[in-house]
Amino acid sequence: MKNFLEKAYLAVIFIFLYLPIAALIVLSFNESKYMSTWGGFSLKWYEDLFSSQIIMSALQNTLIIALVSASIATLIGTAACLGISSMKKLPRTIVMGITNIPMLNADIVTGISLMLCFLAFGVTLSMKTVILAHITFNIPYVILSVMPRIKQLEPSTYEAALDLGASPAYAFVKVVLPDIMPGILSGFLLAFTMSLDDFIITHFTKGAGINTISTLVYSELRKGIKPTLYALSALVFTAVLILLVIMNLPKGKGKKQESLL
Amino acid sequence: MRKQLAAGPYLIWMIGFTVIPLILIVYYGLTDASGAFTLNNVLAIMQPTRMNALFRSLKLSLICTAICLLLAYPLAMILKKMSHGGRSGLLIFIFILPMWMNFLLRTMAWQVILSRTGLINTLLSVLGLPPAKLINTNGAIVFGMVYNYLPFMVLPLYNVMVKISDDVIEAAHDLGAGWLQTFVHIILPLSVPGIISGITMVFVPALTTFVISDVLGGGMILLIGNVIEQEFTFTANWNLGSGLSLILMIFILISMFLIAKYDKEGNGTAF
Repeated sequence: MKNFLEKAYLAVIFIFLYLPIAALIVLSFNESKYMSTWGGFSLKWYEDLFSSQIIMSALQNTLIIALVSASIATLIGTAACLGISSMKKLPRTIVMGITNIPMLNADIVTGISLMLCFLAFGVTLSMKTVILAHITFNIPYVILSVMPRIKQLEPSTYEAALDLGASPAYAFVKVVLPDIMPGILSGFLLAFTMSLDDFIITHFTKGAGINTISTLVYSELRKGIKPTLYALSALVFTAVLILLVIMNLPKGKGKKQESLL
Repeated sequence: MRKQLAAGPYLIWMIGFTVIPLILIVYYGLTDASGAFTLNNVLAIMQPTRMNALFRSLKLSLICTAICLLLAYPLAMILKKMSHGGRSGLLIFIFILPMWMNFLLRTMAWQVILSRTGLINTLLSVLGLPPAKLINTNGAIVFGMVYNYLPFMVLPLYNVMVKISDDVIEAAHDLGAGWLQTFVHIILPLSVPGIISGITMVFVPALTTFVISDVLGGGMILLIGNVIEQEFTFTANWNLGSGLSLILMIFILISMFLIAKYDKEGNGTAF
């Protein structure tokens, strides 16, 4: 009985979480513009979606921003982890404290503060400012993913490589990097998804005329929902599902799978 | 020593894009347009519309946090129980997946369901019932908040739950404790760090949101986030907007303090 109740509870929450998504996916195939009538199966909203110049350019912006910001954040974040791990306790605590700020701070405050900073120093808001902002909130996620890997590193293997005549750079690439690679990859993917998902910080730091998918949806929502957006949701959901499955594939033999979620 | 230099670019970045911007909010919040010190921007919260928005935000985000805690606690316990069978990984994945879909699209989904001609009202009319006013209410906003932020409560709770050893629970049973006693004296106290992280992780975004109230409140129900957002995007009064943001930051600081105090292992902040 107790078991049944538990399963039923899981099912109810499950329905709560997926009902809206399922509704959007079903409606995206509805020929009729009105959600109250089923006009038959149709792919016309998907055609609309792909032929819409505005949506396609927003999608392109979103992907460029996510790719560039995640890449730069991964570089800076990974280097930071190497540096932080060799710091003494006090500076390390302070740096990790600052690292937590963008994650604990409200997005609206982060967004406003970055916007003020750009404008106060005379930087015009554009796609570049959005990328800078995204790098800022992405670095902590990279650090969070890479740091545990660095803590697990066996310092003696690196030293052994040096003793055997490897240069520090060669030893780093051959010994340290392979060990922390899973952390770097998951950090990159986490940063990439965070960037894709962001609306609030983009909203404050973007220049006029530039849209990402999020900001486009926001301005469209004020005018009223078009079924094209259902098609977009269905595609985004599928893309995220694929990305997350890749992220959570078992990494390495024997090691317990660690998921980001 | 040389190794520490690798953190250099990061430190410069964080000072330039996190510390200085935050200092700027404080500066703009405490000065007027001519740059003279003033408290007027902060005290502007006393104006009735803004005060109402702040209280409404506090009320709705507290309700949202309470609902999330009530929903997530049993969920985390069930997931912990299932983790013995090794099935929890997939289950957690299923519960977290919607969180990764675009935040605005998720909120839009609820507009589709709750709106005047939406799914629920369509269903009601098929059943011959009168339509219900669901959208543009406080309830719709709380619904949207719970939907968006529930995973933030589930994750930290689950993280502390799986660390509670079964031996401890069995020991309590062996010593004669009933289910309720075990819960009150063992499980609940041990899960406090998760509860605190979960509460702050849900409360802060719920308190500061302006998107959910915009989409599900039809722009008619103002939260403090909407008030601040409008100061920046419509009236472009940076000083006033910053002053009001300082009030939000007080709540955020309290949350950070709580997390630092109760969640030393970082269960809540780490995904």
